[in-house]
Formats: sequence, C-alpha cells, structure tokens
Amino acid sequence: MQTKKLRRHDLKKNLPLLLLTVPGLIYLIINNYLPMFGIFIAFKQMDYAKGLFGSPWCGLANFKFLFASNQAGIMIRNTVLYNLAFILLGTFFAVLIAILMSEIVQLGCSKFFQAGLVMPNLISMVIVSYIVYAFLSPENGLFNALIVSMGGEPISWYTEEKWWPLILIVTQIWKTAGYSSIVYIASISGIDPSLYEAARIDGAGKLQQIFRITLPQLKSIITIMLLMSCARIFASDFGLFYQVPQNSGALYNVTQTIDTYVYRGLMQNGDLGMSSAAGLFQSVLGFILVMTANYLVRKADNESALF
Amino acid sequence: MKKYKLLTRGELSFKVFALIFLTVITILAVLPFVLIFMASITDETWLAQHGYSFFPKKFSLNGYKYLINQAHTIGRSYLVSIGITTVGTAANLLLTTMFAYPLSRKDFKYRNLLSFILFFTMMFNGGIVPSYLVWTRLMHIKNTYFALLCPNLMMGAFNVLLVRNYYTTNVPPAIVESALLDGATEMQIFRKIMLPLSVPVNVTVGLFAGLAYWNDWTNALYYVDDPEFFGIQNMLMRIMQNITFLSSGQAGKVVDTSAMTIPSVGIRMALAVVGIIPILIAYPFLQKHLIKGVVVGAVKG
Repeated sequence: MQTKKLRRHDLKKNLPLLLLTVPGLIYLIINNYLPMFGIFIAFKQMDYAKGLFGSPWCGLANFKFLFASNQAGIMIRNTVLYNLAFILLGTFFAVLIAILMSEIVQLGCSKFFQAGLVMPNLISMVIVSYIVYAFLSPENGLFNALIVSMGGEPISWYTEEKWWPLILIVTQIWKTAGYSSIVYIASISGIDPSLYEAARIDGAGKLQQIFRITLPQLKSIITIMLLMSCARIFASDFGLFYQVPQNSGALYNVTQTIDTYVYRGLMQNGDLGMSSAAGLFQSVLGFILVMTANYLVRKADNESALF
Repeated sequence: MKKYKLLTRGELSFKVFALIFLTVITILAVLPFVLIFMASITDETWLAQHGYSFFPKKFSLNGYKYLINQAHTIGRSYLVSIGITTVGTAANLLLTTMFAYPLSRKDFKYRNLLSFILFFTMMFNGGIVPSYLVWTRLMHIKNTYFALLCPNLMMGAFNVLLVRNYYTTNVPPAIVESALLDGATEMQIFRKIMLPLSVPVNVTVGLFAGLAYWNDWTNALYYVDDPEFFGIQNMLMRIMQNITFLSSGQAGKVVDTSAMTIPSVGIRMALAVVGIIPILIAYPFLQKHLIKGVVVGAVKG
C-alpha cells in the first residue's frame, strides 16, 4: 500500500514536467531514433517492388561492393584530407585573428572587424556558390577576365581538377575563420592580466608574451576544439562539396566526399544499398571518434567534456 | 589613457601591425560580397563583354526591375522563406524550451533518462538514407510545407543544452519551491515564470534557429520539387543547377522548373544579393547575441 501510494505521488509530481517534454520527445523519436533503427537497410538488397521489409537480407554485400569499388577510397581520402587541411589552417587563422583582435580591443573598432569577419559564416552555401561563381564563371568570371586582360588563356575552372583543393580550402577558411575565432577571443579575454603585467616588468616583448603566456593559456581550449573537430573528420559539409563545385562531374575525383556520395547514391543513382552502407560506415566511425574524443577531453579537463 | 603611456615601442608597433593585418583580412572577407553587389548593378551588355567586375563602367538596375516583375515566382519564394523561417523559429523555441526546462529541474525523476536520450542524438545518427525513408515513406511529407519545417531543424540537442544550462545557472531552485508552496501548478510556473525568465537565452536560440531556417536548402533538395514550395534558397539553387546543366549540354536533365525562365548573368547576382539582404539588415542588431551564444555554447555545450 505504502509503495503504491508513493508511486502515485511520484507520478503526480512528475507528470506535468514529463508532459512538457512530450512534443520534443516525439520529435526526437521521428527525426533521430527511427532513422537509427533504419540502419538495417545497409544490410539489405533493396528492391522497391518488395518494399523496405520485404527486400532480402544480403549480409555485408553492400559494404563489400562499396569497398571493392575505387569510389570508397576516393571519397574517404577526400573527406579526411580536406578535413585535416580545414582543421589545421582553420585553427591557425582563428587563433591568429583572436590574438590580433584582443590586441586592439581597447581601440573600440574590433566590433567592425568582427562584423566583417563573421559575415561569411551567416550566408548559405547556395549563396557562397554564387559568390564563387562570380569569380570562376568561365564566361563572365572575374578571374578569367583578369587572366585574359593580362594576355593569358582563360581557364575552364569547373572542369579542371587541379585548382579545386585550393578553391575549396580558401572558400572554407573564408567562411569559417572569423566565426571560429570568437571562442578564442573569449578565452583570451579571460586570461589574468597580472600575468602580462609581470611579464612586462621582467622586460618580455610582445612576441614573448604571446608565446609564453597567451598560447600556453589557450592550450586547453585549442586542444578541446581540435579533438572535437577530429571527431568529425569523416563528416563533411555537404554544401561546400556539392553546391560550390556546381555538382560538376568532371571534378568528382577531388570533390567527392562521403556525404556527396551518399546523396548521389540516394537521389541521383538510386543506389540505395551502397549509399546506406557508406552512410552507416560514416555514422559508426563518427560515433567511435566522438566517444574517444570525449574521453580524451574528459581526461584533459573534466569541466569541458561533452558528457 | 594611462595604459598607452606605458607601451614600449615594440608593443606599439605590434598594435599597429595588428590593426593593419585585421583591416586587410576584413576587407578580403567582405570583398566577395562587394563583387556580387557590383555585378548585380552592372549593365547587362557591358557585363557580357567584360565579365563580373568590381569597377563596372556602365550601371543598370534592370536586374532588380526584372526581379520585381517576377513577383509571382521570386516574390512568392521570398514569402515562403519568410513564412517558414517565422513558423519554424517559433516551433523551435517552443519545443526547445519545453524540453529544456524539465531537464534543469534537479527534482525531476526522469531527468537523467531524458538527458541521455537527448545526448545520444549528438553522438550517433542513422544517416541520410534512413532519415529520408522515414520522412518520405512514413511521414509522407514530400512536397508539403512540413518538408521545409520538420526534418532536422525543429529541435537540436545543442540548443536544448544552451537553454537548460541557462536555467540551472540563472534560476535558483527556491523560485520554483516557493511558487509550488503558493499553490502554483507546474504549467503555471513554466508559463508565467520560466518562459519570461528565459528571454535572453531564447534570443540567441531563436537567432540560431532563424538563421538555420532562412539558409536551409537541404530539406528542399531532398523533399521538395514542386515550385509552389520553393523558398528563396531553393530558387537560387535550382536556377544555378539549370544554368550548369544547360552550359554542360545536358539539357535533357534539366530539373522541371517550368515556372521560371533562366535569368541572364546580371540578374543571377541580383537574386543572390536579395537572398543576403535580410541577414545583412538583421545582423547589426543580432551580433551581440550571436557572439554570446557561440561563447556560451563552446564553453559548455
């Protein structure tokens, strides 16, 4: 009797709060959890006539096909190498901007710099693709106009592979560096000013202050941000690799990433099996990496761990 | 001013270097925007001869005039974008806050369970293919407004954590306890106390959500091919696709967008400018909240 009463009391007390979470819970189930159970598609020989559940199981055949094709190697190589470039260069520029920005923060104009630098991050990849097109359009682009006016041969940008690693890296850094610097600016403003005062009294120059105080103080936040981005090394910005190169087939060799492959398999080639196999491969690796990164972050600094 | 007196020569020259360097990269960051703006007001025939340029010799507003004349397609897609952004942001704020508040209550029995359910979505996802099948085969949202509203954008773990942390750090539990003692119901506490208290963090969350909805084109790419439901980003995307298909000689594969003609080179840039303008207008008012949100989210997300 006692426990039953208690339980009823418990329920009565918690029910209103539980009801508040119901809409969100339903959304998470539809948007996140049902697709998680849907990963079994990767182990099926999809046949639209038989439907999702009627299609025969095929074990790991989809994965075997995927990794036997040269596609897998190309897309994994692109995803990882681009991400490495983005992480290294992106962190370098973000920290550089942050250090310089905190140097001039008393002058009052840092707001304008920040506004300009963050701006590219606020527009969609579709707009970015228009901007890139204004530079690279074979007929009307700024670059070809400049090349021709200097007596050179115009370049067919959207069919020549060799330029694209550079174009994509520049585009990505342009879009994200200012935004990523925000975190570092906040951390620098949190550094104890007496450290700098002491260093100056000892006669340390500005560069020494940066290398001996600022960077060591930023070490933990930089480590955390690096770990978190390494955890996403198998994920790519679909828009950057799909919109910006204009889905140009001639460029697949240098623009195909796991995300564009999954999209093309699903929406353009109707290759559901391999597409979902690539997607599952990405999700599982991502899961392992997130868990590992979080474990490492927790070891370095318990407060900053994600969970 | 005392500070400046104490600067050594090295420190002063470093400040000057910082100022110059930041000026240069800020200009580099903004220049591409200037280019598409200049291109959008360049005379069409001049453009065809000389290409996009920072310094066109002949100007014309024909691009914008064309857009105004195309009110039934461009204007409509603009309204779709505004509508979706408004409704989507409101829905997101409501779902996020309703989910976050109970998670902030230490005396809520299912707190840990629900937190885990939320957290897990940040660690693992089923991928695009199962998501696509759930939304199209099970929920049947293809070519409806729900297609633009529902997938992925309506509630995210990151925003929920932002709001939950705001409640745990800024609202003392005593407020809830005394309200309960005074006989308020949980719903009353949520509506009359918690919602108003969360305005500052919800400005940030609304900003993130609003930007995500305004800039979204992936939902449209996957779930919409009826021009009736085209937002501005989607319109821009389809126009670009058609241009690419035509110029690559694959005219047969042109996406069916019979409602639109393919605008000429200058008008395209006018369209892109029109897609950026709302963000440009809103940004100065929102910068502070955006920065704050990024900082709070990064420090403890």
